[in-house]
Amino acid sequence: MKVVIMGCGRVGARLAGLLDIEGHTVTIVDTDAYSFRRLPAEFGGTALVGNGMDEGSLKKAGIEEADAFISLTQGDNRNVMAAQIARNIFKVPRVLCRVYDPLRRELFNSLGIEAFSPTTIFAQMLKEKLETETEEAK
Amino acid sequence: MYIIVIGGGKVGYYLARTLLDEGHEIVVVEKDPVRTEFICSELGSVCVRGDGCEVATLTEVGTGRAEMFIAVTGDDEDNLVACQVAKHKFNVPRTVARINNPKNEAIFKELGIDVTVSSTNIILESIQEEVPTHPLTHLLDIRERGLEVVELKIPADAKTVGKEIRELSLPPESRLFLIIPKQEKPRVPTASTALQAEDQIIAVTTPESEEALRKALRGS
Repeated sequence: MKVVIMGCGRVGARLAGLLDIEGHTVTIVDTDAYSFRRLPAEFGGTALVGNGMDEGSLKKAGIEEADAFISLTQGDNRNVMAAQIARNIFKVPRVLCRVYDPLRRELFNSLGIEAFSPTTIFAQMLKEKLETETEEAK
Repeated sequence: MYIIVIGGGKVGYYLARTLLDEGHEIVVVEKDPVRTEFICSELGSVCVRGDGCEVATLTEVGTGRAEMFIAVTGDDEDNLVACQVAKHKFNVPRTVARINNPKNEAIFKELGIDVTVSSTNIILESIQEEVPTHPLTHLLDIRERGLEVVELKIPADAKTVGKEIRELSLPPESRLFLIIPKQEKPRVPTASTALQAEDQIIAVTTPESEEALRKALRGS
């Protein structure tokens, strides 16, 4: 599978590493070349400096042949815009997107973008964790 | 008309001010507290501090009854998302987004924004109106002889397309010395060479007869 990831933060770099080990073709894009230090030393994919909201950069990253696009920058709006460009302009079959704000996530899910809110997921996980451990302690 | 303006920078502030003067009901949503206070002190309490992409803020300012929603922050992605929230969550009939990167114009249209305004494009357009679209390009100055080598393209709609060189009233100081057709190889023009659309012409002329040469070659 050909995957384009936008944003080489901790999550982006880790995901790129995981997919790369499994043999997928990974291209990771970030505006800051310094962020590529987070990629694992054995990373065999492509790291590209560029803006994921720019059609030119996305084409360079091979978005036209990509099977999946994932936007993981720090800005919710940036992620959502890039995801919509990938989905509506480049017709990428699978588009995932991180949105910190849970309210915005709902809206974008309704617009047909698979958006995930780490805020909701992590809070829920912590809550469950807390509940199970109290039960074990009983 | 009830209009919501997202972004209280220079564009947002003057826009709100003008729309208020025209008698519209206005709310400006601005993230920065200092800027919010400034706008309120200047225009009265028309500015609300908040994130114009957040559903909670937009509910608070009554986006549901807005007839127009204008996003003019300095970030294209924020303007896009604010307009999408207004359109899809609050069914605002008309959304307008300011665009900074002209490349985003087509993308925003594709993503359902009603109107986009690109200040960069507006400025570019007025420059293009002032400057002829197919000007002479200066390639080289032969200063000691008072001559220059210029390049000019024949527009597809020029009156001179299909005419032979001898039929053109070229200024006496000018000499055409190369024609580069769009498809074929470059050739040295003769009196019977006919001009074709999109031909690129290299000529020698004087600065004074530049305009006459341009008119003779383009027929206007």
